[in-house]
Amino acid sequence: MSIINNINKVFDHRIRLGIMSILMVNEYADFNTLKELLGTTDGNLASHVKALETSKYINIKKQFIGRKPNTRYATTKLGRLEFKKHIEALERLIKKQ
Amino acid sequence: MKSNNYLKDIDEIKNLMNKSSRFISLSGLSGILAGVYAIIGSAIAYWLVTEYSRGTLTLDGKIFRLVMLDLFIVAFLSIITGIFLTTKKAKKHGAKVWDATSKRLVINFLIPLIAGGLYILIILNQQKYGQTGALMLIFYGLALINASKYSIGDIRYLGFIEIILGLICAWFPGYGFWLWVIGFGVMHIIYGTWMHLKYDIKNN
Repeated sequence: MSIINNINKVFDHRIRLGIMSILMVNEYADFNTLKELLGTTDGNLASHVKALETSKYINIKKQFIGRKPNTRYATTKLGRLEFKKHIEALERLIKKQ
Repeated sequence: MKSNNYLKDIDEIKNLMNKSSRFISLSGLSGILAGVYAIIGSAIAYWLVTEYSRGTLTLDGKIFRLVMLDLFIVAFLSIITGIFLTTKKAKKHGAKVWDATSKRLVINFLIPLIAGGLYILIILNQQKYGQTGALMLIFYGLALINASKYSIGDIRYLGFIEIILGLICAWFPGYGFWLWVIGFGVMHIIYGTWMHLKYDIKNN
């Protein structure tokens, strides 16, 4: 019986967990919205977003609103599935204690 | 120790999901005041109709226009109070008033409300005014239920109550005035008080 089963290393960080939580209940969110909600810095957020993107859990859409560049993030199907598994694993771990 | 951390994770997830998708700074106090305005407004309408119109209301009369103005003032004051107190509450919590969540809330609240409002105006134009009170209650209830997905979930129950009152009102149009007073006056006061105690006081 492996206790670390399904605990996803990619989500094992407060900011990444936060990004996924926000994107699970929103169609998309842009960089500044994420930054405000998570209360983090540009650099920190960018690195965690990158990690989630590399794992193909979120996708990035760059566009322009007027002249301002605007980056939108959304979960992928894989990301949603993995996040659900991760939450279920967390639940099981808590119940075990 | 570890389990404690996971619990904190779950709390954080819940908190972020709520904060990013729902606008929860609605003020309970504004509900109470909206109810008070509605009761004062309907008392004025009642007085106008019984005193100057012998208990009946004709569509093109002066009294009808006064009652409409009365209704409009009640709605206007309720909206202004709502915006003012909600802004105050949001500022206190450090939340933004006009962001994606509040925009979504307003849009979804307005869709059934505007559709209903236009429908009521159209049938009023066709001289069918027996169901006006019922329709106002029903469409307002639908607007609340639609908005509840984007705000404090509790306003959903207020929506159900308004719809039930509206249906009763459709069945007994004669009691329309009193059902309107209950729906827009009394229910707002009860509900606003409950929300105020549940969210505003507790979080201070």
